[in-house]
Amino acid sequence: MNFEYSEEQKMIQQAAKDFAERELLHDVIERDEKAIFPTEGIKKLVELGFLGMMTDPKWGGGGMDTISYVLAMEEISKVDSSVAVVMSVCNSLVIWGLETYGNDAQKEKYLRPLATGQKIGAFLLSEPEAGSDATSQRTTAEDKGDHYLINGTKNWITNANSASTYIVIAQTYPDKKHKGINAIIVDKNTPGITLGPHEKKMGMRSSDTHSVMFNDVKVPKENRIGEDGFGFTFAMKTLDGGRIGIASQALGIASGAFERAVKYSKERKAFGTEISNHQAIAFKLADMAVKIENGRNLCLKAAWLKDQHLPYGLASAMAKQYCADMAMEVTTEAVQVHGGYGYVAEYHVERLMREAKLTQIYEGTSEVQKIVISRTILKD
Amino acid sequence: MKILVCISNVPDTTTKIKFLNNNTTFDSAGVQWIINPWDELALTRAIELKEAHAGAVSEITVVNVGLPTTEPTIRKALAIGADKAIRVNLDPKDAYTVALQLSEIIKKDSFDIILCGIESSDYNGTSVGGMLSELLDFPSVSAVSFIDIEGDQLKLKREIDGGQEIIGISTPFIGIVQKGIAKDARIPNMRGIMMAKTKPLQVVEPVSADLYTDFVSFDYPKAKASCKKVDPDNVKELVNLLHNEAKVI
Repeated sequence: MNFEYSEEQKMIQQAAKDFAERELLHDVIERDEKAIFPTEGIKKLVELGFLGMMTDPKWGGGGMDTISYVLAMEEISKVDSSVAVVMSVCNSLVIWGLETYGNDAQKEKYLRPLATGQKIGAFLLSEPEAGSDATSQRTTAEDKGDHYLINGTKNWITNANSASTYIVIAQTYPDKKHKGINAIIVDKNTPGITLGPHEKKMGMRSSDTHSVMFNDVKVPKENRIGEDGFGFTFAMKTLDGGRIGIASQALGIASGAFERAVKYSKERKAFGTEISNHQAIAFKLADMAVKIENGRNLCLKAAWLKDQHLPYGLASAMAKQYCADMAMEVTTEAVQVHGGYGYVAEYHVERLMREAKLTQIYEGTSEVQKIVISRTILKD
Repeated sequence: MKILVCISNVPDTTTKIKFLNNNTTFDSAGVQWIINPWDELALTRAIELKEAHAGAVSEITVVNVGLPTTEPTIRKALAIGADKAIRVNLDPKDAYTVALQLSEIIKKDSFDIILCGIESSDYNGTSVGGMLSELLDFPSVSAVSFIDIEGDQLKLKREIDGGQEIIGISTPFIGIVQKGIAKDARIPNMRGIMMAKTKPLQVVEPVSADLYTDFVSFDYPKAKASCKKVDPDNVKELVNLLHNEAKVI
């Protein structure tokens, strides 16, 4: 067993850190407050190749491993999770799904522009009545011979406005339940697609979240990913990888808040000494450090399993559940360490605390992760 | 046109400096090593020149005088965009040693533009570029804050008291660059990091050289004195402290 990162992994970690501190930090508070999409940050993210960083170079990607992806996600999330979530959705859900299950024609047409960052993707699974229960898809993709006709509404769609390429999960054969679901590639500019207003969120406010309405949207049959009825399996497999991304995001939110808490505790004085010298604060920091280390190890374990082509669904669910809940705890404590300053925007930790909350909810709530974990460990 | 960028491997600028063995050895435990910031800016500008004048600039080489432990730093330079690298296998003891080894590398090839950072952030010697120029008998310009290619010539700018000096110069020449030569050091992209593994890194054994300096030991700077606050209305007390305690008036 080797806990040391390779030179390439260290270089990617440093590149992500430099990118976040140089390109995102200076306006992250303003973008969060005014809910402004990070257009310039994403442009730079694309230039650096982070959007398709794990994709095979033959499709225009960076060819990096999942460990590198975890390290990069952590560094970017320390500063700005609204940018990190664009990276996670593109890499883990849209690009990985297309690369793993798409055919060569789909890869040439859709994967290459996504992997090179010319286009952004979105993954449309959640619905008003189907979030964690992904089997209850109400959106339909009616088989019309040479095309599908899509009708329905998708909710909470990250990148809904900025994306050009959607992967839509929809029901083709309702009587077959989850075995009748398909995953279909849809160009956002297809007639019949409309977007709801920008969602006013508690955190990650500069990420671009909308509902998306489909009204008789005609999509060629060749845009279906995999065999007829493969959509539910596609969504579940894709979400297994997606959890590594969101777990790493939660880890970054926690470690970003922790680093700020440590720095502040060494500067702020109370009762004649720096507050880090008070056991009440020092022990909080110790607890935070242990939790972050645990979370990082879970993320890296899941990433390592994926890189070794070993089953990683359980590990990624564990990483996602633990890191999301841990991020909520750690950011809350980071605010506490900062006292009143922690409650105002300037010190960043209140924003990180709001961002942490979302990691417990999206791409499978913490409760859903526990379903995945418990079903897996009780299976035999 | 071939560009050579000389790079030093230095501790990250946020490193807490500690010494061992009775202050005779730098404690490198846990230190993160980086490309000297001035050299990194020089490399960034070299890449910008290659991108802007694709026909004129054919190749960028980086050279470092250091032991194998400096190779991660060299690989980073390759990831940023240098085409190839040379490492002179020597633990450099002073500026002259570095300049001499670099001059031997340059004599063996035909570089047109040689760029050095004005100083390194570890020893801040500001010596290598000038020494290199003397050893090679090449023209050099110091404190260069802008460089561009104009036909067969190079256009340089350097900061001077109250303004800028604009200089035209022919190749080969040595540019000793300061901050401003590039806006920000370039962050390596994923493709660059992947390609860095396969770019050539040649290791060259050093030539023998005399040492003209004799290192004795390091010393820490004096600890900063604590800050005393004086009430703005109490000018008498301020004068008293400056006169009797600080002894500056």
